Amino acid sequence: MDKVFHSVTLDSNKCVGCTNCIKRCPTEAIRVRDGKAQIISGRCIDCGQCIRICPHYAKRPVYDPLSVIDSYKYKIALPAPALYGQFNDLDDIDIILTGLLGLGFDHVAEVSAAAELISEATRIYMSKKGIKRPVISSACPAVLRLIAVRFPDLCEHVLPFVSPMEAAAMIAREKARQETGLSDDDIGIFFISPCPAKVTDVKSPIGKAKSSVTGVLAISEVFPKLASLMNKVGETEPLSQSGVIGVSWAGIGGESAALLNEQHLAADGIENVIQVLEGLEDEKFRGLDFIELSACSGGCVGGVLTVENPYVARARVQRLRKYLPFSCSHLPTHAIPEYMNWEHSLEFSPVMELSSDITKAMKMMSEIDRISGLLPGLDCGSCGAPSCRCLAEDIVKGGAQITDCVFILRERIHNISTTLASMGSNPLASVQEKMMRMPSPMQKSDRDE
Amino acid sequence: MSSSISLHFDVSGDDFTRAGEASTQVKKTLKKIGYDSDAIRRVAIAMYEGEINMVIHAGGGTADVEIYPDRVDIVLTDEGPGIEDVEKAMTAGFSTAPDNVRSLGFGAGMGLPNIEKYTDSMRIETEIGVGTKMFLSVNAGGSNS
Ligand SMILES: Nc1ncnc2c1ncn2[C@@H]1O[C@H](COP(=O)(O)OP(=O)(O)O)[C@@H](O)[C@H]1O
Ligand code: SF4
Ligand SMILES: [Mg+2]
Repeated sequence: MDKVFHSVTLDSNKCVGCTNCIKRCPTEAIRVRDGKAQIISGRCIDCGQCIRICPHYAKRPVYDPLSVIDSYKYKIALPAPALYGQFNDLDDIDIILTGLLGLGFDHVAEVSAAAELISEATRIYMSKKGIKRPVISSACPAVLRLIAVRFPDLCEHVLPFVSPMEAAAMIAREKARQETGLSDDDIGIFFISPCPAKVTDVKSPIGKAKSSVTGVLAISEVFPKLASLMNKVGETEPLSQSGVIGVSWAGIGGESAALLNEQHLAADGIENVIQVLEGLEDEKFRGLDFIELSACSGGCVGGVLTVENPYVARARVQRLRKYLPFSCSHLPTHAIPEYMNWEHSLEFSPVMELSSDITKAMKMMSEIDRISGLLPGLDCGSCGAPSCRCLAEDIVKGGAQITDCVFILRERIHNISTTLASMGSNPLASVQEKMMRMPSPMQKSDRDE
Repeated sequence: MSSSISLHFDVSGDDFTRAGEASTQVKKTLKKIGYDSDAIRRVAIAMYEGEINMVIHAGGGTADVEIYPDRVDIVLTDEGPGIEDVEKAMTAGFSTAPDNVRSLGFGAGMGLPNIEKYTDSMRIETEIGVGTKMFLSVNAGGSNS
């Protein structure tokens, strides 16, 4: 099996081999082979796009069940700010946080509080000389992975800071150690996540050898249990430590707004993100200092593990932050804390390239061009590749055959049988007739639905 | 024959919204073959500027790209009005772009200066009323940028 951990997986029992996911994957990481989808591990960035669009629920996010918290003596919940947008008619974050204690957690450490520290540190970072501008946010792990596989020149532009989740976990762990005297193994820190990308970020982090987060729970699983508990919350405890800045990280634009004076651009949704990255690579935008990107529409409130519509959730977050102070958490001194820095920078991984040998790659490219010319150019997906050109690439790389194209296959069968017919004997005539009436794989999967 | 990849594009002068597609395509090809990333960036920018110029100043044209392992050659050909004073056109900020184009953010007069900056060689052949031909070359691993 793969060495790389992925939080987006396939349930092959549910997969009918349709073409929905292969066409929408931003890194062309999915193929249909033998009637089932397959994810090419090195290319997958765990953005969750295929989970969102699979009509058969065959793409599954991996996360921890709520029951994992029971194996730890001291349990800390790290709610993502996106969680706050899930509840209707709420005007006090403390109700959610008190509810989390009711679920069995001993302590709650808001990710939005750590986000305020990251914002403050980013403001310091932005004032430095010699950094690569524009600086690209490092908050969305799906975007980081996208940059790592497709945009080598942009790797250096990424803000070299851990995410608010990671910072919250590090601070909470240190505090728990001191206050409880427990060992690390007894302290369980659980992120309540809007997306599978964050699960991957914990299991195999970027910029750090090991995450301080113990496990990742899904907002969608915690939400119903929490909602019913919240109805019963009487006295709330004054737990919240977030201001407008921290809570605003839930939606797109929040992180940039917190930088106050920087010229920024904020883009959401994986297709828009790709367009912005392409433009940045070609130096098409001038005068920008900061780029905030989130793989999901609307920002993290649009993550695939949330329950509410992202725009509704964002409106709710706006209401929640109404009477909050600007910021509640502050760095102890006006300096970037050591723990926030990445241990190593983002590295380009050339998984999309044909070969590391340029002459060989050029030969392969010419061959891809030649084969592309033979294919019908319909991009129908029946061969299992997202486009005719992509099939040509798979053929040249050795993962597919030209007869995977249903039109080429049909033509070949037709040619063989006419040849045989012209030779007098016609043993294949009836076979040919049947073949011509046979539905193409695409029609077959339509029928199976 | 030394191995190379040839690409040809017709750059339409009618549809402004499609300007930049040829350079995007070249960039995709270069990325796929794992080309030197600095050279990709320079090719993408220089060719984009040349392509846009053909669209806004010359009513379209053609682009021929030849990719060698160590160099990319680009020839941009149009049958537009030609450039009256090449030296003047090359100065930063000089532009004859009409207002409607400027309102889209083009016409800052930085196209030709940028092409010069990002390529390793640049040659312009132009004749009033006949057209313009631009020969650009970018070395992979070259230090110009
Ligand atoms: N292909 C071309 N045909 C005719 N004129 C051109 C062409 N390319 C550039 N020019 C002239 O050179 C000038 C400067 O070009 P450039 O530096 O790209 O600035 P801009 O395109 O912003 O005007 C243009 O305004 C135009 O007068
Ligand atoms: S935008 Fe937020 S929710 Fe979506 S993948 Fe990125 S981190 Fe996860
Ligand atoms: Mg120009």
